[in-house]
Amino acid sequence: MIHKQHIGRVLPTSQADVEKGRLRFFAKATGETDPIYTDEAAARAAGYASLPVPPTFLFGLEMEKPDPFGWMGDIGMDLARILHGEQSFTYHQPVCAGDTLTFESRIEDIYDKKNGALSFVVKAVKVTDQRGVHVADLRSSIAHRNT
Amino acid sequence: MNARLALQALAAAPSFDALSVGDALPPLVLPPITRTTLALFAGASGDHNPIHIDTDIARKAGMPDVFAQGMLSAAYLGRLLTDWVPQHQLRQVNLRFVGITHLGHQLTCTGRVAEKIEQGGERLVRVEIATTTQYGDKKIVGDALLALDAQRGHQP
Repeated sequence: MIHKQHIGRVLPTSQADVEKGRLRFFAKATGETDPIYTDEAAARAAGYASLPVPPTFLFGLEMEKPDPFGWMGDIGMDLARILHGEQSFTYHQPVCAGDTLTFESRIEDIYDKKNGALSFVVKAVKVTDQRGVHVADLRSSIAHRNT
Repeated sequence: MNARLALQALAAAPSFDALSVGDALPPLVLPPITRTTLALFAGASGDHNPIHIDTDIARKAGMPDVFAQGMLSAAYLGRLLTDWVPQHQLRQVNLRFVGITHLGHQLTCTGRVAEKIEQGGERLVRVEIATTTQYGDKKIVGDALLALDAQRGHQP
């Protein structure tokens, strides 16, 4: 079981640069062929400052830190026992290549199901850009098998 | 963009008023999941959890083999949405992972208009979205809120 005492725990803040090369690699890996995601001229013509960050890319960018799964061990989660249960993204402003993002994460909730056989840990992440603009919110629910 | 393509783009751009509950998004059919798909996605996404790319680790965790990152399918659902509307019209995406996508699974992303609502001073279309394998099993279900009236560069 994952102890509820960790609810409200603030995780280390991280920063990541949004890089054009990574966005092009992400487009390749996901089969994206719309040129706005790989060609800066096409992105600008579509009204973006540079290549836009595709809708789910922020999830991985938040993991750009030395020990992205470290917090899980800190609260007693075993990486071999987790499954991603739910994921939400709320978008406030577009994010593009060239932006530097700050990710502020906290554990929002912890609860059990199936008589404690499963724990669910909910992590909320606030994303701001280099201007301090709140650009997005992420919310992950991670299921942990306790038995 | 030539005139014919421009016309097609115009015709394809969905509008709040023209849509009805039940209208379907053009589906997105993906190639079968391979180990290469998973390795490339691990590197490109930044999610380096070895359970998706290292068979030894996957077996140690009790899985028969490596399996797809949930966020790979999530990215495919992102493509379903941005193939349909410009990305700046996305307000929210909510996904629930209901099954594991395995090697060899061929996913189709689908969506349909579930609701037309007003929220935060904007008219929003809520679309229900899903990934389904070639065997008819749903692996992700969720929804998205789209502000189809939103002009480029303007967000509340």
